[in-house]
Amino acid sequence: MNAHAPLPALETGCDIRQERGQRAVFCGLTGIVWLHRKIQDAFFLVVGSRTCAHLIQSAAGVMIFAEPRFATAILDERDLAGLVDANEELDRVVARLIERRPDIRLLFLVGSCPSEVIKLDLSRAAQRLSRSFHPDVRVLSYSGSGIETTFTQGEDACLAALVPEMPRAAETGAPALLVVGALADVVEDQFARLFADLGLADVAFLPARRAGALPAVGPNTRFLLAQPFLAETARALEARGAKRISAPFPLGAEGTTGWLAAAAETFDVPAERFARVTAPGRARAAVALDLYRERLAGKRVFFFPDSQLELPLARFLSREMGAELIEVGTPYLHRQHHAPDLALLPAGTKVVEGQSLDAQMDRCRSEKPDLTVCGLGLANPLEAEGLATKWSIELLFTPIQGYDQAGDLAELFARPLKRRARLEV
Amino acid sequence: MQLTLWTYEGPPHIGAMRIATAMQGLHYVLHAPQGDTYADLLFTMIERRDARPPVTYTTFQARDLGADTAAIFQNAVGEAYARFQPQAMIVGASCTAELIQDDPGGLARALDLPIPVIPLELPAYQKKENWGASETLYRLVRALAGGTPSARDGRRPLCNILGPTALGFRHRDDLVEVTKILAALGIDVNVVAPLGATPADLGRLGAAEFNVVLYPEIARAAGLHLQKTFGQPMVEIVPIGVQATIRFVEAVAAAAGVDPAPVLAGAPSRLPWYSRSVDSTYLTDKRVFIFGDATHALAAARVAATELGFKVVGLGTYTRELAREVRAEAAFHGIEATITDDYLDVEAAIQAAGPELVLGTQMERHIAKRLGLPCAVISAPIHVQDFPARHSPQMGFEGANVLFDTWVHPLMMGLEEHLLGMFREDAEFHGAAAPSHLPRHGVAAPQPVAPAPSVAAEPILLTWATDAEKELKKIPFFVRGKARANTERFARERALPLITVETLYDAKAHFGR
Repeated sequence: MNAHAPLPALETGCDIRQERGQRAVFCGLTGIVWLHRKIQDAFFLVVGSRTCAHLIQSAAGVMIFAEPRFATAILDERDLAGLVDANEELDRVVARLIERRPDIRLLFLVGSCPSEVIKLDLSRAAQRLSRSFHPDVRVLSYSGSGIETTFTQGEDACLAALVPEMPRAAETGAPALLVVGALADVVEDQFARLFADLGLADVAFLPARRAGALPAVGPNTRFLLAQPFLAETARALEARGAKRISAPFPLGAEGTTGWLAAAAETFDVPAERFARVTAPGRARAAVALDLYRERLAGKRVFFFPDSQLELPLARFLSREMGAELIEVGTPYLHRQHHAPDLALLPAGTKVVEGQSLDAQMDRCRSEKPDLTVCGLGLANPLEAEGLATKWSIELLFTPIQGYDQAGDLAELFARPLKRRARLEV
Repeated sequence: MQLTLWTYEGPPHIGAMRIATAMQGLHYVLHAPQGDTYADLLFTMIERRDARPPVTYTTFQARDLGADTAAIFQNAVGEAYARFQPQAMIVGASCTAELIQDDPGGLARALDLPIPVIPLELPAYQKKENWGASETLYRLVRALAGGTPSARDGRRPLCNILGPTALGFRHRDDLVEVTKILAALGIDVNVVAPLGATPADLGRLGAAEFNVVLYPEIARAAGLHLQKTFGQPMVEIVPIGVQATIRFVEAVAAAAGVDPAPVLAGAPSRLPWYSRSVDSTYLTDKRVFIFGDATHALAAARVAATELGFKVVGLGTYTRELAREVRAEAAFHGIEATITDDYLDVEAAIQAAGPELVLGTQMERHIAKRLGLPCAVISAPIHVQDFPARHSPQMGFEGANVLFDTWVHPLMMGLEEHLLGMFREDAEFHGAAAPSHLPRHGVAAPQPVAPAPSVAAEPILLTWATDAEKELKKIPFFVRGKARANTERFARERALPLITVETLYDAKAHFGR
């Protein structure tokens, strides 16, 4: 093995720059909003401040209709005064919570900025609590703090915390496929059917819908990232011997085909079978995308950094919908995971990693894009300045992956433009 | 450490943002990690503001903690000053930055900017949003207020209005109503703060003869300071409801030395006549549960009891700072106040009180929906629905009209109620039908749960005799739940295991309507 060989040169043809300064992004706690719905018997307990609690309820944008499966253990002055007490308090809060919610099988203690700064060791707390609630409840921890994670990186940290809990897969026998990243159940089911039709017998998804159904992992595992923000999770899986399949992300028809093809190639699916199995999906996506192409073709699009979905989304808008990319911001660029998407972006595409908010807003204003993809806080101010916007958080909450969602994805970008054209006031 | 599933108030720096965002020419530099920038969306999405709040967040990261977060803060202050050229700045820390103790005030002072820079100390682990707003307004007023009243010389009296903020519950519309009343009294407004004021405007606060404090949670501290420093009297009557508005008009007129009579003449609000109109008879003793911030909960309790003829069966607030006032008001209604910031406690209190109407926040609206109860929203925490396109004040005479409509419309109209009773045996009014205007069609309204007995009584198993059950079905469905609960409570208190027709009517006689 040539372990010391240089990494393959990632010549992308993109104009990649870094920027530092004020950022306008959510922290990783936000991921709880979709993760708690995905893992149906998990509870997320943020150990943090009133700000954390306020963030989650504001970002979720909804009031609580039923008792939610997330909460905040709000630190107060006494907890800051002594960490021993903080641990005792945490035990008390968790005991009360588990008593209240006997349906919970998996409890995540989620670290926040304050808990990180006071160095409250939540991994030790999780071990201690796991022992006391064994075997009814497993307690894990991860950090969703804003000093360490940006928005979707919270999901990455959560899934990475699950990896050590995955059972060990048999080291012999046929390789198995693991699809990694939270997908809407409907999308997951579509992909499961496609993989089955391709003849892949052993396919599992991380995270599983139930805490007790974690898939196995081992050297025979080949994993395919369904989301572009899973750097830590990928590293943890690789540490357990699994091998990543490099692929573009499954956004749009081209991305979905590329993503499925990468798996098909790894598992030696005959080309004819691949073409036959994917043909109906590709045909449906082509019809669905045609509906919106006219609306999006030639439109100049500016991405503010937000979810790390920006690159594959830009690739989709540019190659499948004919949009022009002015600037593609991303909070963090994992060059290896994004290599296939970067390679598909038009030469010279301006990619900006990181953020300096006011400078970026100046560039956006002076470019006057037809569509600006940005966070919720910026959308109305930009609209008021005459710019059409698409709020990026919707791209996390809406099923957008796969052939049968390609049209929905295009529609999300087309809707603000359609609306502007429609309104006469 | 407090287990919190949902919270009525944000942290104190959100209160500071509500002040900064309400003002013009003021900039707030907040030492905070990136996640705290979520606060922008409160203003741009919920209030639909057309500009970002005037806030620069330092957005320091973990890697900066070992290095120099103080330098990051100083750069942010310098850059914000250069870019936004504000008349004044406020600087402070959010919960995380409070822990790293960078001293934003000292760091900003060291930059020696040519504008006032006001440090804010908002203890994030003790205090909450409204306190943060109050403290910020107080600090600004303390640092910037100046000016003296000019000689009267026949000019109209002059007052300041203190309290309306960004992201405030109907503050926008209340201000219009209050300004209208002041204008009708012949009083000029010197400065409205914080909404729309610049730091320079705060410098003119002293020119007024008196202050009008609209929201004590937010503006009492500033009002008291001005009273002490400039000798300006303060009118603190919250003009919500007809009577409170009349008292407000009288107090303001007295402070300004003008005659209130012309403003009070005629019928400035429709509420009194609408309440006396016979169709409102059915409002008598409607059981109402009230929860909100102290300003709105207190006002709602008075209006409900004395202007609509409701019976206040529950009253509470999440504003601990004004718990004493709310407890006193509850005592006036013969009940005990619910002082809590845990919505599950509020839900339990609502269930125990068995109200027919809930006046609360958006959270109580959800609770009421779950319980099948009508509800109107009277207070923050703020929701996009609390910024209606139409003018919809809570204060002043027009505000009283709005209260009448918004509290009465969720209830079934009185005549409608009687007709339903008359025709209840008709096919479309079968026993299991719920009022059609309630959200859950076809499901009977849930029955109020009897309050838990204060002494741990032996639980007795209650059985309804068949004829009693039949008799209960003859009672109109919209009071049937209450009749059932009352009868069971009556039986339980007397340890009667079998409920007969007699028990039913004994209970009816015991409880009255």
